[in-house]
Amino acid sequence: MDVISIRDMEKKDIEGILDSAEAIHAGKKKPGISGKVLATLFFEASTRTKLSFQSAALRSGMEYIDFLPETSSLKKGESFEDTVKTVEGYADALVIRHPKEGSARLAADILGKPVINGGDGGNQHPTQTLIDLYSIRKSKGRIKGLNVTLFGDLKHARTMRSLAYALGMFEAKVTLVSPKGLEMDQTYVKELEERFKLQVSVKTEPEFSEADVLYVCRIQQERFADPLEAKRVTERFMIKKADLKGAKDDLVILHPLPKINEIENSIDTMKQAKYFEQAHNGVPVRQAILEYALTR
Amino acid sequence: MQVDQIEMGTVVDHIKAGKAGKVMKLLEIGENYPHRVAIVLNVPSKKTKTKDIVKIEGKLVSEESANLIALVSPGASVNIIRNSKIEKKFVVSLPKEVSGIAKCANPNCITGEGAKTLFRKEDGERYRCHFCERLFKAEELV
Repeated sequence: MDVISIRDMEKKDIEGILDSAEAIHAGKKKPGISGKVLATLFFEASTRTKLSFQSAALRSGMEYIDFLPETSSLKKGESFEDTVKTVEGYADALVIRHPKEGSARLAADILGKPVINGGDGGNQHPTQTLIDLYSIRKSKGRIKGLNVTLFGDLKHARTMRSLAYALGMFEAKVTLVSPKGLEMDQTYVKELEERFKLQVSVKTEPEFSEADVLYVCRIQQERFADPLEAKRVTERFMIKKADLKGAKDDLVILHPLPKINEIENSIDTMKQAKYFEQAHNGVPVRQAILEYALTR
Repeated sequence: MQVDQIEMGTVVDHIKAGKAGKVMKLLEIGENYPHRVAIVLNVPSKKTKTKDIVKIEGKLVSEESANLIALVSPGASVNIIRNSKIEKKFVVSLPKEVSGIAKCANPNCITGEGAKTLFRKEDGERYRCHFCERLFKAEELV
């Protein structure tokens, strides 16, 4: 079974993966995928996705092989299609990250082995979304009815698009907070409202008093034409301890990482900051994803 | 203006004025097409004031191919002519899938590197790229 987009998955499939990850995390279950080989093909940079997939494979009794673009035949001009067709013969499943949107889908269409999307351009990052849902459910005990505030560059961050879709599926309420010009695509928001009756509020200033979960992503300075405007916005959208004064005591702060300067370092030690725990949740969740992909 | 009747072929009527060229392209009638083709532009129409008409001799267009016309001209009608008589007449409707013809307007879509495009119809008159998942209006595809 391929894992390409949250759009392809039904709620019961997602709940199955989250339940499985919970059992693996608690040591109550070992995924039945030992002896298999995973290929990790990352055509662009990654720390967490790649390493946690490799760790998930090893912890599940699998082996992994790693494709490195800079020392591969890509340098000789080999195509993406020929590369994945070749690697298919060396592994039982492939995790692919590529800057072009739809690349994982293309691979899944031409390969017989399961393909897992490790992020395709600005489109989808479904396994990150599953980690986000797992982290929310683990921290709050539920997803339904929670007020989840998505904060930062909602225009370019693929994690935000996938997560907003999944939150709609799980009947959460979503507040979108982004600087002017970096709002989530209106067509996409409208689609979520129509498809899931998702309640969406939009704000342009940092304000978290109603939030149960605050999900932060980086504002990329290079997105702005005016460097002074970039500096002003990134400073305004840097979360400081003072910004959290009116927030709920049991607020959960998540971030897909890497974080650069969008969260003040002193927040890292607050009990609400769960982003490193979230990154660590990547291993059991990806173990569950590998089992789902290899056994369905 | 007089255009001869055709004995065997396809007549596309009620084309939105100015879209006849795109209809020709969608039906893959190019400069090497060996039979007679008549393109009449800006014909007076009771419904739409003006319309285009295309008469293609020697080609019986399938309903599936003809429905692509709905992308540029919803409401166009197609007459299949055999033995100088109308054998079949239908109004085009948006196809469920559009494969290989339209380009994805997303510059970062993998299909820009040569993969065959595929769009699927969703609610309303919008199409989603199978690869990059972007939504487009029907008329944006061609």
